[in-house]
Amino acid sequence: MNNATTLYDKLWNSHIVDEQEDGTCLVYIDRHLVHEVTSPQAFDGLRNERRNVRRPDLTLAVADHNVPTTDRDKKIDDEESKIQIDALEKNCADFGIELYSMKDIRQGICHVVGPEQGFTLPGTTLVCGDSHTATHGAFGSMSFGIGTSEVEHVLATQTLLLTKCRNMRVTVNGSLPNGITAKDLILAIIGKIGTAGGTGAAIEFAGEALKSLTMEGRMTVCNMTIEAGARVGLFAPDEKTFEYLKGRPKSPKGAAWEAAVEYWKTLKTDETAIFDEEIVMDVSEIKPQVTWGTSPEDVVAIDGCVPNPAQETDTNKRNKMERSLEYMGLAAGTPMTDIQINTAFIGSCTNSRIEDIRAAASVVEGRKVANGVQALVVPGSGLVKEIAEQEGLDKIFIDAGFEWREAGCSMCLAMNADKLGPGERAASTSNRNFEGRQGPGGRTHLVSPAMAAAAAVKGHLVDLDDLD
Amino acid sequence: MDKFNTLTSVAAPLPLINVDTDMIIPARFLKTIKRTGLGADLFSTLRFQEDGSEREDFVLNKPAFRNSEILIAGKNFGCGSSREHAPWALLDFGIKCVIAPSFADIFYNNSSKNGILLIKLPQEQIDKLMKDAELGANATMTVNLEAQEITGPDGDVIKFEVDAFKKHCLMNGLDDIGLTMEKSDKIAAFEASQKVKIT
Repeated sequence: MNNATTLYDKLWNSHIVDEQEDGTCLVYIDRHLVHEVTSPQAFDGLRNERRNVRRPDLTLAVADHNVPTTDRDKKIDDEESKIQIDALEKNCADFGIELYSMKDIRQGICHVVGPEQGFTLPGTTLVCGDSHTATHGAFGSMSFGIGTSEVEHVLATQTLLLTKCRNMRVTVNGSLPNGITAKDLILAIIGKIGTAGGTGAAIEFAGEALKSLTMEGRMTVCNMTIEAGARVGLFAPDEKTFEYLKGRPKSPKGAAWEAAVEYWKTLKTDETAIFDEEIVMDVSEIKPQVTWGTSPEDVVAIDGCVPNPAQETDTNKRNKMERSLEYMGLAAGTPMTDIQINTAFIGSCTNSRIEDIRAAASVVEGRKVANGVQALVVPGSGLVKEIAEQEGLDKIFIDAGFEWREAGCSMCLAMNADKLGPGERAASTSNRNFEGRQGPGGRTHLVSPAMAAAAAVKGHLVDLDDLD
Repeated sequence: MDKFNTLTSVAAPLPLINVDTDMIIPARFLKTIKRTGLGADLFSTLRFQEDGSEREDFVLNKPAFRNSEILIAGKNFGCGSSREHAPWALLDFGIKCVIAPSFADIFYNNSSKNGILLIKLPQEQIDKLMKDAELGANATMTVNLEAQEITGPDGDVIKFEVDAFKKHCLMNGLDDIGLTMEKSDKIAAFEASQKVKIT
């Protein structure tokens, strides 16, 4: 019998508290990130039942979805947003949970903050009431998004009732060429397997092209695993992981660090382990990617054209394509590089880390934002912003005509004041091009940070190779 | 959480694939600290014009379907964001059961924790139910969770599968936090054993 296990199996097996007869497991949760939008009802539930937070020491809170990205010294204009942010502060104070407030330089998008602080560690289970929690899988942490009932369950018990995912592996072979980024890889993967291709699965990412990514790049890939339907995305931890985490405020120190690294080195899929599904791609088939429709699976290469629904044989898919093109205001056959934009958004839990900001800045340097384009850079955390400013990147953006903002989720989901108007079109480094995602009637093209910066400069979607 | 046993209602057909949770309840309506009241904004962009008036052609605005408690949809229903506001909005509107070829994982969990029954069926059976649903006011369906059966307007019976534990919780309206807290000794024992590995 083959006893070989995958990385996901190892993480799962090491966190089972109890197993029911039907296979449902009570799974221990090592880390819980809490934000203002999906937690207030959970804290109310605790109060109603007179329950406590079992492990406030394993819980970290930060407001991100709703926060203004402009002047933080002014009070929040939006009364509802203010109530939600105030509620988070009160709930954290009442239940003894550490919170990075809006004035704290550590504040930022929870999926940027967790790794940055060393709160995210290999071998842990980590949850948050946000589907992009898969991000933390870049560190070999079994991380996944949950709903508010589950947030309450974790607060009260530090566990969750779960059924195990199937094992899936996505391998991208070949050495990563210049100009192809983590964003292009994950968009191409989603395009290949579809937005429901990973439903019920935990995806492990493998192969030279994926393994060669930096930690920031791996986070971008894992972040969008959910856009392929999978709750969990994983990279086996390696020297890059340890290097990234060493010395972070919440990382283990001294002898505990050494012991942790020894353990983390064991966290990898056995060579003979069998996956339920394997997808193998070669990096040579992947070009810079851009979305044309209203689902992250609607991708083409930047040198491609808007596809023609008439060529789709599946009726349901054809109907969806037609609906998408009508929403996007696009005609079949239009070259992607002919598509004019109003807005460029560089930010979100997918692409707001220092490497992303640097990549965008390197395109912007010495150039100007095209007339009529609003261009935003929203760093993922106060610390990312600080590093960028130390490197002078803020000046590059500001000189080019970009707005340089405070950290938050911002235009990724348009809960704060940053949003597209009806019919406005964005080149966006975020993760979802759903109808209305960036504002009612807004149109989103998902791209990498360098491509968003290039689109801002040219005023239309553009291949990086075609920049003057 | 209300107990779910049988449900008889007109079913609303929504023949769209990949209905995402931003479509079910856009992010701008998530600025609430309550679970209730979200039904008013369910499918907001599909239901309402920019001036706030109803779109007559949207299924839940048609007289026959305004009180539907069952929704029939295309594959991968509930994809995207983990917002539990999506099942809260459905429930607040009055939808207690969604039938589709497949559902996104997080939405599936969130719904069952709020007493909404999600039923997965093969595409051919969905196509048939979608046609039945289009008959409108004179075509009620009955969903029987205990028997795991849907009885269509023509009396045809479709069997469905459901996770045994979820069925138990739905039928009894169980709060699983209470159940888990009964295992607090096991949780404490796990914590004690784990500290050697990760702190």
